[in-house]
Amino acid sequence: MDYIQTTNFIGDWVRGLGLPWGLDRAVNGILGALTIAGVVMAGATLLVWVERKVSALIQSRLGPMRVGPWGILQSVADILKLLVKEILVPNGADRLVYFLAPMLPLTAAFMVLAVIPFGPTLQVANPDLGVPYLIAMGGIGVLGILIGGWASNNKFSLLGSLRSGAQMVSYEISVAVILLFITLVSGTTDLRTLVLTQQGTVLDWWVFKVPGLGLAAFVLYLISSTAELNRAPFDIAEAEQEIAAGYHTEYSGMGFAMFFLAEYGNLIASAGVAATCFLGGFLPPAIGVPAVDRALFAVPGLVWFALKVAALILGYMWFRWTFPRPRVDQLMALEWKFLLPVNLGLLSLGALFTAMGWVLP
Amino acid sequence: MDAYTVLIYFLPLGALIAGAAMFTGNLLSIKTKESAHKREAYECGEVIIGDARIQFKVGYYLFALLFVIFDVESLFLFPVARIFRGQVASGLAPHLLLDLAIFVVVLSLGLAYAWRKGALKWD
Repeated sequence: MDYIQTTNFIGDWVRGLGLPWGLDRAVNGILGALTIAGVVMAGATLLVWVERKVSALIQSRLGPMRVGPWGILQSVADILKLLVKEILVPNGADRLVYFLAPMLPLTAAFMVLAVIPFGPTLQVANPDLGVPYLIAMGGIGVLGILIGGWASNNKFSLLGSLRSGAQMVSYEISVAVILLFITLVSGTTDLRTLVLTQQGTVLDWWVFKVPGLGLAAFVLYLISSTAELNRAPFDIAEAEQEIAAGYHTEYSGMGFAMFFLAEYGNLIASAGVAATCFLGGFLPPAIGVPAVDRALFAVPGLVWFALKVAALILGYMWFRWTFPRPRVDQLMALEWKFLLPVNLGLLSLGALFTAMGWVLP
Repeated sequence: MDAYTVLIYFLPLGALIAGAAMFTGNLLSIKTKESAHKREAYECGEVIIGDARIQFKVGYYLFALLFVIFDVESLFLFPVARIFRGQVASGLAPHLLLDLAIFVVVLSLGLAYAWRKGALKWD
């Protein structure tokens, strides 16, 4: 019961057309871009509503209730509103950079989602250097925030973007070291193969393998990625009480919507990476009983992947309303003086465990 | 190499979709009348003093520098990490483990140096 024998109908069909000059890859890229854009737009629209509902329920409120049943169309209405709002360019802003900035984080989020295996055959591209590629793309999103804050010609934006930049690059190192750990214990940098190294039962997922270390790496990844996503409780970049709305203070209309979309696109991407690396990606949670496993394998991989991502995102939202926000200096100290040394130790222990063969549960 | 070709086609398309959304927003939006205060930066309603091209804390640069060092060094570790597991059976693992340990120790020394010099202090 495994996914080795898989075919990709659309990919095969495109290749079967026999298009010249590598146009088949162009068609593949176009279809992929449209799909990912759809996933991000639909996902973000839904997630904004879920986020508002979850936070409302945690705070004993109802949240949005007016637009559609249980307010489910609230974010659709918000998007329509943002679409007809004027994109204000403040005095003294650097126009070119100001318009370029919101597109960068969204493009970076698209690029990350392009290599995530959504299902055994659902993946836009599967580069053999998938894991370093994830780190590289993670670095691009920061640029959009930095130049957006600078171009706005607003002191709060500038401070917000610098804080954000310092925070995101710092926590990116933790994420990189944890992905390095996963590469080391699994021996692959290709994301589809990485999922397939977790075949078997639930206990074969990396979160349970490498006794204790897999779980530690998973928890550290969740903490670091929350900070990298600039999400509460690590949202000092847009701490409303201190620096207005941070780097996107001056953005209105679609400019703001792009930053917002990128934020949720990155949330989906981060949860996707966590699910791929630690929770078996598109593999079902098999328990080793043939009858049950057969039923679990009958469900498409996309469904399992979506369920894992949804669970992780709910975890991120829960996390948001559970912990208070640390100060800037505390946040930087947490990364450089605690998480980074711990992660380097984790990496060394991971190498030792692999060398000794203590990988399986 | 196929995957990279697909990604190269994917990149401008992803950017194009983001750009198209911005363009549509600009096209559909309702433009309000210009006034003296319309395009002023929003600094919580305070009267704006100067523009935002100001000097800021050098500490941000220190973190950016440290990021570059550690990110590049973690990239150097990828080749070892990638082949490590495959070499366990061939008996090369202790050798690689030693290499990895030396590298991580040197990396940690760099962190300790920055720590000692006060680059990680935020004040």
